[in-house]
Amino acid sequence: MPDQTVLSLRDITLSFGPKVIQKNISLDVHKGSIFAVMGGSGCGKSTLLKSMIGLLRPSAGEYHVGDENYWAGNEAHRTDLNHRFGVLFQSGALWSSMTIGENIALPLQMFTDLKPDVIRRLVELKLGFVGMLQAIDLYPSEISGGMRKRAGLARALALDPDILFFDEPSAGLDPITSARLDDLILNLRDGLGATIIIVSHELSSLFHIADDGIFLDAKTKTPIARGSPRDLRDHCTDPQVHAFMHRERDEEGNT
Amino acid sequence: MTDRTETGSPPATQSGNDRTPQWHLQGEQNAPVMVLSGTWQARTGNIPVFPKDGLKKASGAHLSFQTSDVQGWDTGLIAFLWDLKRVAHDAGISLDMQTLPGPMRQLLELLPEAPDEPVHHKKVRQPFLETIGTHTIAAVTEVGVVSELGALTVKGAVQTVLGRSRMRLIDLLTNTADAGPYALLIVGVVNFLIGAILAFVGAVELQKFAAGIYVASLVGIAMVREMAAVMTAIIMAGRTGGAYAARISTMQGNEEIDALNVFGIPTSTYLILPTVLSLIITMPFLYLYGCLIGMLGGFVVAISMLDITPAGYFHQTVTAFGIGQFIFGFTKSLVFGAFIGLTSCRIGLKAGRSAADVGIAATRAVVVGIVGVIAIDAIFAVIADVLGI
Repeated sequence: MPDQTVLSLRDITLSFGPKVIQKNISLDVHKGSIFAVMGGSGCGKSTLLKSMIGLLRPSAGEYHVGDENYWAGNEAHRTDLNHRFGVLFQSGALWSSMTIGENIALPLQMFTDLKPDVIRRLVELKLGFVGMLQAIDLYPSEISGGMRKRAGLARALALDPDILFFDEPSAGLDPITSARLDDLILNLRDGLGATIIIVSHELSSLFHIADDGIFLDAKTKTPIARGSPRDLRDHCTDPQVHAFMHRERDEEGNT
Repeated sequence: MTDRTETGSPPATQSGNDRTPQWHLQGEQNAPVMVLSGTWQARTGNIPVFPKDGLKKASGAHLSFQTSDVQGWDTGLIAFLWDLKRVAHDAGISLDMQTLPGPMRQLLELLPEAPDEPVHHKKVRQPFLETIGTHTIAAVTEVGVVSELGALTVKGAVQTVLGRSRMRLIDLLTNTADAGPYALLIVGVVNFLIGAILAFVGAVELQKFAAGIYVASLVGIAMVREMAAVMTAIIMAGRTGGAYAARISTMQGNEEIDALNVFGIPTSTYLILPTVLSLIITMPFLYLYGCLIGMLGGFVVAISMLDITPAGYFHQTVTAFGIGQFIFGFTKSLVFGAFIGLTSCRIGLKAGRSAADVGIAATRAVVVGIVGVIAIDAIFAVIADVLGI
């Protein structure tokens, strides 16, 4: 079914205590799309991502995952919904006391009844996808930052989620590795039929992979533009979005 | 036309339940077709493994796929296809990827046909004697490193006195507040109970000889000479030493120590001096406080159990120990403070950079602190015996 809405936010307000981070966020993420959350530093991109994966309850608004109201149910209900999510954290967030293989195996051990050899086979497969099979028995402290990120991606894929969240996937990676990661994301989207929400300000990668998106403004604390990064670059008239998409300084001289 | 068919597991449900994942090879020698059917879900745990010799008879051929009977699939199917891809690669058979649907093809193309061997940690077994030797050398080295760290800290302290130091006063104050006033409650409770327990033990025995009044001497001497200093040090090793080690090893993980080193800010004066100094400042006070509270504990028990007047207990306590024993306990508390501060900082600096390493460092700091304090106390006892204190 084309244009099926997987996630929808309606008038979401995010705040830490009395301090409002973003308000009036409404968006729909369609099945199979790669949705970019854009904006300058400190505008609340990561906070929005946090609330979408259930780490921060919005102070107002409604959030639906499929047909389910995410925040209406109890914790167990949210955990069930979270099994549809795979999250790649900014620096991988691998559990440091376990090997890479054990990191990926843990969700499978916790939430399935599969036998150890079957789990091992699936772990190898997920690591094979990201080209990290040789690191299966290494500890996170023994591999480089880029590899940690890829291993984090493999862990995000552990339970075959249909919605993937990436927090700054290419931050801290060299251009070649980052381009390869972009291709990997596209391949995984096409292969798994997953929907991807990506928080990033890596423009080249956004233009390459994202086909929908939202632009958050730090000053007005609201979204100010919607559409794919390419469209925003070519057609958006808002001076701030224009400046962001073309790497210019805005009128006041800030980047 | 020689139709050869090889069927894959699980064979039990050939007919009937057609949702189980099934495969078979059909077709001629040169153009075998892999026919897949059923539902291939990884979660069900019934994904078949493609046998290593599954393509033996079809060597030198071109393998194509027929997937029209697959009803649903996820990465489980890809796991099977990956098996096949590796076996085919080893057998020198090429796969006709174009006959796979797009998504399967894209995922399968990500997977290497000849994956690199996983990197393993080689465990070299050392001979027993060598292990002992290595550990001994490591222990001696560690003593040297801690001494050097102590020397650097003393140097930093001298520079502080001369006004050329880079220690921040605010660090010293916060550390001192944490090691001093905030520790009063727990030090008080423990020493009170120790004094009370000593009085109980003593009272039971001494009463038999009608020497109940000597409970005051027993509690006084024990607290001043040993218990107040040792118990306070053990509490501080667990409470403050563990905290220092955890804090410094977390800084290590955040590259904060590296940043200090690059700026040329010596860790010895910036980090270690305030912690060691704060313990050296607070430990004697905590020792005095511990002595008093311990005697109070003994007093409460003695007064309620025995036929002693408060004035009598007080008088007996004051005459029980001389200034020498007091100086002895006081010196010990200073040494314990310096020891706990130095070792916990050293353990924190030596720790690895992961979350698990922080836990290991904190544990080690507490264990080394407690064992070390008791060992040093034993050394002091021997010295005191020789000197006749």
